[in-house]
Amino acid sequence: MTLTIENAAKTFADGTRALCPTNLTVGPGEILSLLGPSGCGKTTLLRIIAGLERPDAGSRIRFDETDVTGLAVEHRNVGMVFQSYALFPNMSVRANVGYGLKVRKVPAEERRQRVDEVLRLCRLTDYADRPTHALSGGQRQRVALARAVAPRPKILLLDEPLSALDAALRDSLRDELAAMLRQFRITAVFVTHDQSEAMAIADRIAVMSSGTMLQVGRPEELYHAPANAFVARFIGNAMPLAGQMENGVLHLPGGRLQLPASAAGKTAYIRSENIRLDRSGSLEGKVETVTFSGGHFRLAVGGVLPDGSLLYLQHPGRTAPESGSTVRLTIDPSDLIYLADQTSTHS
Amino acid sequence: MSDRTFVTACLVPLAVFALAFLALPLVRLVQASSESEAGWQIYLQILQTPRYLETLVNTVLVSLAVSLAALVLATTAGLFLARNRFIGRGLLLSVLTLPLAFPGVVIGFLIILLGGRQGLFNQLLPGHIVFAYSLTGLFLGYLYFSIPRVLLTVMAAVEKLDPALEEAARTLGASPWRIVVDVILPGLAPSLVAAGAIAFATAMGAFGTAFTLATNIDVLPMVIYTEFTLSANIAMASALSVLLGVVTWALLYVARSFAGTTVAAGG
Amino acid sequence: MKRSLAWWLQGAVTLVIAAFLLVPAVQSILAGVTVNYFRGLSSGLTLKWIERVWELYSASIFLSLWLAIACLAVTLVIGVPAAYALARNPGRLSRMLEEFISLPLAIPGLALALALLQLYGTLSGFRTSWTFILVGHVLYTLPFMVRSVLAVLMAMDFRSLEESAATLGASAFTRFRTVIVPNAMPGILAGALTVVTLSIGEFNLTWMLHTPYLKTLPVGLADSYASMRLEVASAYTLVFFAMIVPLLMAMQWASARAQRIAQ
Repeated sequence: MTLTIENAAKTFADGTRALCPTNLTVGPGEILSLLGPSGCGKTTLLRIIAGLERPDAGSRIRFDETDVTGLAVEHRNVGMVFQSYALFPNMSVRANVGYGLKVRKVPAEERRQRVDEVLRLCRLTDYADRPTHALSGGQRQRVALARAVAPRPKILLLDEPLSALDAALRDSLRDELAAMLRQFRITAVFVTHDQSEAMAIADRIAVMSSGTMLQVGRPEELYHAPANAFVARFIGNAMPLAGQMENGVLHLPGGRLQLPASAAGKTAYIRSENIRLDRSGSLEGKVETVTFSGGHFRLAVGGVLPDGSLLYLQHPGRTAPESGSTVRLTIDPSDLIYLADQTSTHS
Repeated sequence: MSDRTFVTACLVPLAVFALAFLALPLVRLVQASSESEAGWQIYLQILQTPRYLETLVNTVLVSLAVSLAALVLATTAGLFLARNRFIGRGLLLSVLTLPLAFPGVVIGFLIILLGGRQGLFNQLLPGHIVFAYSLTGLFLGYLYFSIPRVLLTVMAAVEKLDPALEEAARTLGASPWRIVVDVILPGLAPSLVAAGAIAFATAMGAFGTAFTLATNIDVLPMVIYTEFTLSANIAMASALSVLLGVVTWALLYVARSFAGTTVAAGG
Repeated sequence: MKRSLAWWLQGAVTLVIAAFLLVPAVQSILAGVTVNYFRGLSSGLTLKWIERVWELYSASIFLSLWLAIACLAVTLVIGVPAAYALARNPGRLSRMLEEFISLPLAIPGLALALALLQLYGTLSGFRTSWTFILVGHVLYTLPFMVRSVLAVLMAMDFRSLEESAATLGASAFTRFRTVIVPNAMPGILAGALTVVTLSIGEFNLTWMLHTPYLKTLPVGLADSYASMRLEVASAYTLVFFAMIVPLLMAMQWASARAQRIAQ
């Protein structure tokens, strides 16, 4: 099914604009992630798609060719996984999963078969008759997913499906969730504030901030060609190199960088993984802190950027310079991202 | 049926019932209080007629005494039961809380069994101790139904009290007495105010106990009852009811702003 | 640990209070099964007073049971949906409505009874029927049902449960029936036991609302205290205790359970 969102906006009764007019299309079987910090309107948009929130006049939501804007949530045939999972405490795992089929009056035999199939796909067969409070966090998440897909919804909506889990579990369940979503082949929209989660699961990511959709694209597009400073910072923590540009040369407190002519009038951004320690580098700074994080050292270097801003870099060696020492750095100009006028962006 | 319609429909039975059997009757009660020759002046009359004024003062004094006594006794017992574990504690707790929903008439009868002419005390010391039909009897009767209420409120509050506060005071060298004064009582204060108010309001409106004891002490509910049934002075009975209702409601309302819950009323 | 003087004093106060509450209750129980109360237990034990109570007052006992069941039915029908609606709209208007229907907890029963009598006393068909007493009982017990259910609903994330049921295709009524009611059950149970217990024991309103042909259990008790010999009055009290104490214990158990869930 293709989801088409036209002009969807939401203004709350107190006048707060939760979502500015937004357009978006999600293709059949595509998994799209709504990514942004809390309060950016991503959950509001998800709830508008589900029918749990009524959008402002002029908004249109279509499932394929059908306009569902005025359709009540219970008639939309959506599947939703809630942040808290919202499993019915008064029902067993099986009854939870079968609930959507039961209220749609699917005959008992067909219902049993369908529930068994979904339980198997979600590896829940052994837990079918348990009460939901006897399950682990990961199992609860799978029940929530199984319950949402059992009635064969037109679209699957997931609201921060991993945030209720503890950090250790989250990473392993992320890939598992991605695999399960792919096997169901349902158009899916899922909300998250975690960029690594979005990248691991989604085909495309829509980055949102302050009620506005800033950029929609494949993860690598967003990473390599962010549309603005917010996206550059939010996806992969790009750091602005704020300095004076003169004749294609960027003057920074810690040295100079040669930039191509196309960079004129724009701000250059760099990510920590693209900065290298190099004795013959053109930039000089003082190491402020050194932290070892397994695969590499993370260095905060002062004196390169103006106003006391720190430049972070990843150093893959077995040893690292001590804090307080002076280091020289190299940045390959091809790794730089050039974005227009920093002041007009959200941060 | 849409979601909004359904939620609204859920309120309809309540709204109809509350309008027909609460709002309209109360309006009628207030209206009836003005239907004597005195008109609205009847409320002034209450304060000018010695009999009513005396009743009012009596009722307030008995209720006040009962609330204070119940607070002191039930807080003592409540702290003891909340802080100690011993065999029979559960039983003791049941004995102390079960009278919660005994109706006032039954409590009146129990007081007669204790202090009536054929009561326990008069049997043990014949000819000396008959207190059921006096102010003492009324006081004890009211105390009987106040103690469980206050006890439950106090115990709930004690359980919510952070034991670390008491331990902190102890590490700072405070004596047990100082801990009670400086830590426990201030922590319980909101609940004590609420419990005291509940006890006071319940005592103000208690009818069954006074009725059974057939006491010669006039308390407000008894006067309302006699004005209505014997004197057929409906306006005065209504005015006194309005007065009583406003006082108890206002008191409980203020008390609730100190602490959350009210324990089952009755009596 | 060494017990301080204060500890012993506290314990003594607790025991004295317990004795104050327990002794007269035990007295009434014993008096109800003693052949002659004035001669004491040595006169022997008997069930004849209880039989006498049954002859005189069984109608009152059945009327009270019937009223309690009817009152429960009405408070369930009115109170449970209302609690849900109040939980759905946690605004000022809801608080005011909740406060208003809770008035019968604060205003003495006598005043409420007078109000009802003056408005409906002239509708003789209603005035003389058992439904008039029922109205009083519902008025008094309804706030307990509403608050009990409301507390449990507010403590759980019932909106998410309901929304997830909605996305699964359940209509508003189906959600209420299959999700809200089953999960509010601890609150409904605690409320139901409170309603039945309070209805059986209600006197203040009932005394004013009853007619000579419709005496409830507590009205009968007042009658027996005024006009029967002490043994019969005690036996009747004993019968009342036998009904009310198990209910009270069940009510306290259910309320504690509902409160645990509500935390």
